[in-house]
Amino acid sequence: MTLFYLFAAVAVLTSLLVIAQRNPVYSVLLLIASFGALSGLYVLLDAPFAAVIQIIVYAGAIMVLFLFVVMLLNAPHEDTQYDERVHPLLRPGPMRFGAALALLLVVELVWALSSGAPNEQFGPTPVVSVAMIGKSLFTTYAFQFEVTSVLILVAMVGAVLMARREPRADARREGR
Amino acid sequence: MPTLNDYLVLSAVLFSIGAAGVFVRRNLITILLSIEIMLNAVNLTFVAFGRAFGTADGQIIVFFVMTVAAAEAAVGLAIVIALFRHRESLNPDTFTALKW
Amino acid sequence: MLPVIVGQIAMFVVVLLGLVHAAAGMVWVERKEAARMQQRVGPTRVGPAGLLQPFADVLKLLFKENLRPAAADVLLFYIAPLICAATAFAAFAVVPIGPETTIFGLFDEPLKLQVADVNVAVLVVFAIASMGVYGIVLAGWASNSKYSLLGGLRSSAQMISYELSYGLSLVGVLILANSMSITDIVHAQGASLLGIPSARWFVFLQPLGFLIFMTAGIAETNRAPFDFPEAEQELVAGYHTEYSSMAFALFFLAEYINMVTVSAVATDLFLGGWYFPFVPVSFGWLVFLAKVGALLFFYVWMRWTLPRYRYDQLMSFGWKILLPASVINLLVTAAAVLYFGL
Repeated sequence: MTLFYLFAAVAVLTSLLVIAQRNPVYSVLLLIASFGALSGLYVLLDAPFAAVIQIIVYAGAIMVLFLFVVMLLNAPHEDTQYDERVHPLLRPGPMRFGAALALLLVVELVWALSSGAPNEQFGPTPVVSVAMIGKSLFTTYAFQFEVTSVLILVAMVGAVLMARREPRADARREGR
Repeated sequence: MPTLNDYLVLSAVLFSIGAAGVFVRRNLITILLSIEIMLNAVNLTFVAFGRAFGTADGQIIVFFVMTVAAAEAAVGLAIVIALFRHRESLNPDTFTALKW
Repeated sequence: MLPVIVGQIAMFVVVLLGLVHAAAGMVWVERKEAARMQQRVGPTRVGPAGLLQPFADVLKLLFKENLRPAAADVLLFYIAPLICAATAFAAFAVVPIGPETTIFGLFDEPLKLQVADVNVAVLVVFAIASMGVYGIVLAGWASNSKYSLLGGLRSSAQMISYELSYGLSLVGVLILANSMSITDIVHAQGASLLGIPSARWFVFLQPLGFLIFMTAGIAETNRAPFDFPEAEQELVAGYHTEYSSMAFALFFLAEYINMVTVSAVATDLFLGGWYFPFVPVSFGWLVFLAKVGALLFFYVWMRWTLPRYRYDQLMSFGWKILLPASVINLLVTAAAVLYFGL
């Protein structure tokens, strides 16, 4: 039980810090810590496969991509029409409204989830091995698996096209 | 021992932290990071329910959600790079050309 | 006599100290081997045959001034070498060194010679390897210098590109062994092949997989011929240009321990772990150390023999040659297991 509270506290704290940091590099690193805590929670939920692929895919690949983009763009400050000296979460106007909306959301969700399912303990540990997951992926969910691979291909092509620099049409016209 | 509700409440809190990030922050990359927080909260819900029902389906759906999140992060960041090249700014308030 | 928990804690200490001394030993091995290949003798003055040279090196590094660029990000500057070193040590936690043993009746139950026996151990090694990228990219960024940033970005791009082939070459082994636990994979190699006992090493069943794994492993640890990011001649020193004293020593240490880990994982997964024909299993840990030593010798040999790849050649090799080769290896292995029932 203490492990659950430890991981939950780390996850919530680092997520709060992610949205409160000014420097995007620190945000990315704190989010990696949050993913680590979530991975620990998956281990507590008897899902070692989900825990390890969370580290490999999310913390190890997607966050590296974010870090690359942040470092290459090198634009750490957000310039807005608000007073720079006041922290983003304390500024008046639409930001406060947004924060209030988020608070409303959390109250609503917690109320809905707590009054829904019966609050009972988990059953005995299910025997779920990686072999079972693999078999299920290739038989029951085979179509979704193939569609996901097409999705990744589309995303790859799209990302390469979107981030490409415009070919220098003028230079080509001049015959260089 | 934590019950299912504990995990669901935690996931709700993480989801609304992510939502707060999307509403409040004025930096495109931080907004994308907040979306990732929301996706992770949903993953936690799926794994918790998978454990509660004793099936492997929770982890399988997490697999698909992670793949979709990776694809979305890649395309989103490519768009951010393209936008940055035009306006030298990561503030969504500067991209108002389509407003009436 | 003693409860096995004492052995498990002792195992933890043994692995930690063993790795640090292995890194020190590797410094000596590298300098001696490089010297002999270049027809000179290498360090001979410090201790017998220069064996105390690594300790002299560490002392020198400790006494150096601890510099930091004024515009560097302090927190990230000092966290980066810690991340590198921590992930290097952590990956060795799931690697078994020998068979279960009671050390001649000292313990109540057989003690597993590894720190943690996880049943998804192969994935854990892979996960920790992918976390090692952060140390390098943060070192490059935090130094706030052009050479460092370029070196850091190039190095991390190289590492994540070669991780794909690294992982795919492991899947062939998983198909042959039917388990993700490294202990089970080593036991699967203890069967007999063509009548010779303890010879069903996966390097004979999967030669291409082994080659791809070692090549990707050399690229993952940023060693020659894939060490463009830290090339002394091109980038000053790449991502660790601005580091000195203990922080530099930590990067140095992390690189050697990564080499040891890749060699240990390759030994367990491909070279039969602690099995050798006609050698009793109780000497298993000696066999294991001998095999790891052979792979490390090979590593140093590669560095001082082959010229360096240029960065675009390196990336092109990783994506256009190594990745298709590992996919083909996977397909052929899967087909062979289905058809021949290996």
